[in-house]
Amino acid sequence: MNIIEVRNVTKEYANHVALDNVSLSIPKGCIFGLLGPNGAGKTSLIRIINQITGPDKGEILFDGRHLDQSHISRIGYLPEERGLYKKMKVGEQLLYLAQLKGLSQKQAMEKLKSWFVKFDIKTWWDKSVSDLSKGMQQKVQFVSTVLHEPDLIILDEPFSGFDPINANLIRDEILELKKKGSTIIFSTHRMETVEELCDNIALIHKAKKVLDGPKLLIKEQFKTHTYFVEYRGNLDDLGQLYELGQEKNLENDYKRINIHLAKHVSPNELLFGLLQRVEIRSFGENIPSMSDIFMRSVNEVPES
Amino acid sequence: MRNILLVIRREYLVRVKKKSFLIMTLLAPVLFVGFYATVIWVAIESVDTKTVQVLDESGLFSKEFKDTETLKFIYIDSSIDSAKTGFKKSDANALVYIPGDIIRDPKGVRIYAEKNVSMDLKSQIEKVIEKQIEDIKLSEAGITHKILEDSRVNVSSETISLSEEGEKTSSSGAATVIGGICAFLIYMSVFIYGTQVMRGITEEKTSRIVEVIISSVKPFQLMLGKIIGVALVGLTQFVLWILLSTALTSAASAVLSSKMPENPAQMAQEMQSIQKGMPAQGMPGGNVENPVAEVLGAVNSLNIPLIVGCFLFYYLGGYLLYSALFGAIGAAVDNDADTQQFMLPITLPIIFSFVFAQLVLRDPDGTLAFWTSIIPFTSPIIMMVRIPFGVPAWEIALSMALLVLGFMGTTWLAARIYRVGILMYGKKVTYKELAKWIFYK
Repeated sequence: MNIIEVRNVTKEYANHVALDNVSLSIPKGCIFGLLGPNGAGKTSLIRIINQITGPDKGEILFDGRHLDQSHISRIGYLPEERGLYKKMKVGEQLLYLAQLKGLSQKQAMEKLKSWFVKFDIKTWWDKSVSDLSKGMQQKVQFVSTVLHEPDLIILDEPFSGFDPINANLIRDEILELKKKGSTIIFSTHRMETVEELCDNIALIHKAKKVLDGPKLLIKEQFKTHTYFVEYRGNLDDLGQLYELGQEKNLENDYKRINIHLAKHVSPNELLFGLLQRVEIRSFGENIPSMSDIFMRSVNEVPES
Repeated sequence: MRNILLVIRREYLVRVKKKSFLIMTLLAPVLFVGFYATVIWVAIESVDTKTVQVLDESGLFSKEFKDTETLKFIYIDSSIDSAKTGFKKSDANALVYIPGDIIRDPKGVRIYAEKNVSMDLKSQIEKVIEKQIEDIKLSEAGITHKILEDSRVNVSSETISLSEEGEKTSSSGAATVIGGICAFLIYMSVFIYGTQVMRGITEEKTSRIVEVIISSVKPFQLMLGKIIGVALVGLTQFVLWILLSTALTSAASAVLSSKMPENPAQMAQEMQSIQKGMPAQGMPGGNVENPVAEVLGAVNSLNIPLIVGCFLFYYLGGYLLYSALFGAIGAAVDNDADTQQFMLPITLPIIFSFVFAQLVLRDPDGTLAFWTSIIPFTSPIIMMVRIPFGVPAWEIALSMALLVLGFMGTTWLAARIYRVGILMYGKKVTYKELAKWIFYK
């Protein structure tokens, strides 16, 4: 079951195309990474899902139904450009934002209390937002995003502006929300976040979707049948089936090398050959990092 | 609908809770009433009875100088020199010397005083003497006293406005003052509250909160909520001002009226002539100043419910018309500094209306007055100038209808610019661009 289904969405602005016939689906309960270089069209897509703007062509389904006003309260959105009313008090502001998302004052109050306890920010209630540091404001904004317990949480670069401790705190909260059944969309170009948290990804480049699917599957697709080995000895006569990469010297005469296998050769055959020639310290398959995949996908798309 | 109410409530509470709002609300009526109370108090305090000695050698004026509330005449009979010495010893304020050959040489009259005599006193005395000499000369020419009495008419005009409800005594002086005040208040409030809307929108845009808000509320609802919220702040302020001013005025007049001489009717004319910018024509026969009674009397002759009702309507209409435009500017630019380039075309009609208002005050039924009070961009200010003078119902209705259409138009226009503008960062906007946004699908 998909919580969001984007079908052939096109969005044009006065002098450029932001999204060009993009289709993708976001499964329920996953953490979804929306990737792409700056200006690729991620924010446009997010704004369409948030109903801030509408698509020129195509449609969006939310939970199997055409996206409409009734879905607003089921979405929480943390934009990349953070902002709160500077002169409003933290408590009042959060109450206001929660009520706009459809909570009653009483419900909002109860939920806020538990968040204030959880984040240990009880003393902030009557403080003006402008008296808080940037990191503290981010925390407040995060609370406002998830307070109404939305089914879909859209986070645009959620970790920017947090110190490592608070970033961890937020990360744990995100995982907690996922556990409770929320779906989370990350828009980011920080690959380590994607590597660590995302289950599914989609890559948008120059208004087009280049890639999407479960992260592990995509990694599988991007495997190059290359293995690494750390060894002591001489590998020069391994044979025609193996293409050796550049050797790298490690400590204690150990070396590391990447070996590309010919199509039908199994890693076991390689290991057998290696065992006869050198002393092996470590062996494994080179799994492409998200960063590699990102770079390769983006560079493959011809400049237009 | 729930959301728009939430937005209105926030916009309203945030502003009403500000200290500056409280200070303005409390201070303005205190200053206003305090100012008028001081003026009136000074006027009353300066009114005291003056004694004038009259030395009439010609014997022609023995009955002509009549005492008034402020002037007391004492006839003395001695030589001019002893009169002068006597005057210095007495506590009289002035000594009038009328020589024996006054008929042949009217310039021989002398007024002696320790200090300079007021223009008012001088002209009063001159009038009495002139009149008497005229009489004498006329009767010498064969015109009898009887004919003179008959021919003397005392003209005292009363301005009456003719309307369908019949004749009403109007007070053009009070109308001028009320019309002027209303025009000024609307002028100020359109500026003050219009720019508040603009600032609010720019603040939301620059602080980037707008993106969060419009993921819950439609941009149009947010804009409208802000405009209405600020309008209510303005209304609250006006209502508090009216209440506070009324309370303060009645308190002040209670204190002042104890010091006040009677005769309000006379006073009314006096005040009017002052308001028309002419010096009060002192007349023998006496008149007394009672400013508060006059103002109350004149104000009572106006249709107060109509004026208050129209004021609220035109305040709201004018504010809505302009605040939408101010809002569009706020959405189009990135910060307060950039607003300047777009402000001019909006502020010009407001400033023009205020300039026209001065002209319309002098000619409230002219062609200029008619057209400017019909056109929505000037009507909120100009119509309020005219209403105290009386305006035909159909003109008011037409003007109101056009104003409603006007603000619906500007709101529509503003909404088109707003929805594109609030998400457009870091771009210098031109008029051409704005026009594009309006027709953007």
